[in-house]
Amino acid sequence: MSIQTGAAWVDFASSRLARYKLFNGVNWGRFAVISVPTLWLGIFFFVPFLVVFKISLSESAIAIPPYTSLLDWDLEEAYINIKLNLGNYLYLFEDTFYLEAYLSSVKIAVISTFFTLLIGFPIAYLIARSKPSTRTLLLSLVILPFWTSFLLRVYAWMGLLKKNGIVNEFLLNIGIIEQPLTMLQTDFAVYIGIVYTYLPFMILPLYTALEKMDMTLLEAAEDLGARPSISFFLITVPMAVPGIIAGCLLVFIPAVGEFVIPALLGGSDTLMIGRVLWDEFFLNRDWPMASTVAIVMLVVLVLPIMLIRNSQGKEEGV
Amino acid sequence: MNLSQNNSQLVPAALTSTNLPLWKQEGAEPFLRIENITKKFGEFSAVDNISLDIYKNELFCLLGGSGSGKSTLLRMLAGFETPTSGRILIDGVDMSGIQPWKRPVNMMFQSYALFPHLSVEENVAFGLKREGIARSEVKQRVGEMLELVQMSHLGKRKPHQLSGGQRQRIALARSLIKQPKLLLLDEPLGALDKKLREETQFELINIQDELGVTFVVVTHDQEEAMTLSTRIGVMNHGEIVQIAEPHDVYEYPNSRFVAEFVGSVNLFEGRVIEDEPDRVRVQSKEAGGMLYVSHGISCAPNQKVHVALRPEKIRISSKQPPQNENCIHGVIEEIAYMGSQSVYRVRLASGMEVRVTQPNFARDMDERFTWQDQVYLFWEVGSSVVLTS
Repeated sequence: MSIQTGAAWVDFASSRLARYKLFNGVNWGRFAVISVPTLWLGIFFFVPFLVVFKISLSESAIAIPPYTSLLDWDLEEAYINIKLNLGNYLYLFEDTFYLEAYLSSVKIAVISTFFTLLIGFPIAYLIARSKPSTRTLLLSLVILPFWTSFLLRVYAWMGLLKKNGIVNEFLLNIGIIEQPLTMLQTDFAVYIGIVYTYLPFMILPLYTALEKMDMTLLEAAEDLGARPSISFFLITVPMAVPGIIAGCLLVFIPAVGEFVIPALLGGSDTLMIGRVLWDEFFLNRDWPMASTVAIVMLVVLVLPIMLIRNSQGKEEGV
Repeated sequence: MNLSQNNSQLVPAALTSTNLPLWKQEGAEPFLRIENITKKFGEFSAVDNISLDIYKNELFCLLGGSGSGKSTLLRMLAGFETPTSGRILIDGVDMSGIQPWKRPVNMMFQSYALFPHLSVEENVAFGLKREGIARSEVKQRVGEMLELVQMSHLGKRKPHQLSGGQRQRIALARSLIKQPKLLLLDEPLGALDKKLREETQFELINIQDELGVTFVVVTHDQEEAMTLSTRIGVMNHGEIVQIAEPHDVYEYPNSRFVAEFVGSVNLFEGRVIEDEPDRVRVQSKEAGGMLYVSHGISCAPNQKVHVALRPEKIRISSKQPPQNENCIHGVIEEIAYMGSQSVYRVRLASGMEVRVTQPNFARDMDERFTWQDQVYLFWEVGSSVVLTS
């Protein structure tokens, strides 16, 4: 009797399994291909995310590591105690400092993204419209800064912007200003740093979108009575929209969480969430609070962007 | 648009309005005048000193292979290229220095160039909106135009949701909406399959007739040029080698290039023996004897010429025909049965291969040929043409 039900169960299970294409043999190749990036994402994104999430639910403690564990148990008393601390999340809303830091980060990121787009679009346009031979040269010039360390380039800006730096010296020498300008340790320096650093991330997707645009569309627009300035806004810009979105996301997302640039170029009053995170982590040694800040940033900023991107992809049938 | 309309309506207005077409009338004003136009790219002349008059309501075809300069000429009419020298007059107005967006000309692009981010209606309305026409009028005219090309039901779609034939109609509607005096069409039917192409070319003629627009069509397809046009300009190496009505281009080509480019042809090389008043006698080694041609251009005795003979003008028989003139003898080497007609390749004693096509009149032909059959080829004295160049 029991053997029969056992066999029946095996039958049932295998028929269920057969329904999953995964086990049909045919798709093993596909499975193998997909599994690599899935595994990668799982190990290097999802697991760390869970770890950070776990830490955010604990309490800060003077210990190694500096937080309490969520679980504690006593086998003799036979209990498992799960202690989830939501206090960090509540505190995030109670203390307006964090909200201000988030808003300030978003503001700085939005303004820098706007200027990156403003500067990046003409550059990308120029590259896309130049001769194929010049194009390669110009593109490599865009990528060239990546050959130098990012930190070095930010330090170079410090040398340019400081009180007795090159820019001030130059302006003093040609007599435009009489007193050196305070540029370093201001928001202005932060904007310069972010725009400069992330410009290639804007140019490259814009270039891709503009380069594959069919030039006869512009001729068609001209033929129908649109002068070049009008056909630029009616044809070229709409055709570049996928590049604009990609470029803006590539600049905006890392700019929100940017830490190095505000730390080196910004003043003490430049408030950015990346800096708050750093301070919580290393100065206050409050790992749970730092983790909470990170998780909320991810949920509040990145998830909506991902959803927008996803729905757009569906709309375009990509 | 209705294909069952009687045949006379398929004839362009230019032919019916007067007894003689405009281009045959003395002193008729051309609508489009191209004067000594040259376009050089570096040292290379894409268009080499072309002069051409095109008249109102004409459907003029520029026919040529790739690199013949036909597209460059069209782009100069649209204003996308500036001529190196010469000028273009449209309705008497010199177009030099006039920007594309100010010309009374519209163009239908080979790739159609529909704006992918705009709907069909917005595509068609694009030209009108640039003129600042009231929204209600734009809407009405777009509706009428979509009706004309039978696309009213697809107005909300995006170009990528349309088939090739539908896109072609939208491109046509878009280029006609501004009621241009002159419409330029770059390979208008090139991207369509054969069946659709045949239907569409008649619709194109109907629309042209209905709206009274002058069409200049660029094509490499001689069949398309034949059926569409009032006149054809055959282009080669940046020059127009012949301008004539379709019938004349085919029956009376003026050079070996035209004869070979338009349709297929057999060319016999020979020497003029005598230029008689009503015919020319040509001695041809290739044909293996004397050839008699009634239509010829004046030529001197002993001049080297080519006698051009279309494959369908040759008759083929296994028996010796009664006529002695224009009769040659050969062996069938290849036969291709094509349904409506059969093509024979006949090898002459000189080694030359002659192409002969015969319509298959009856389902079962009395006389069926097979490979290696000895046959006689013969034709009327008026069937061939003497070419000196």
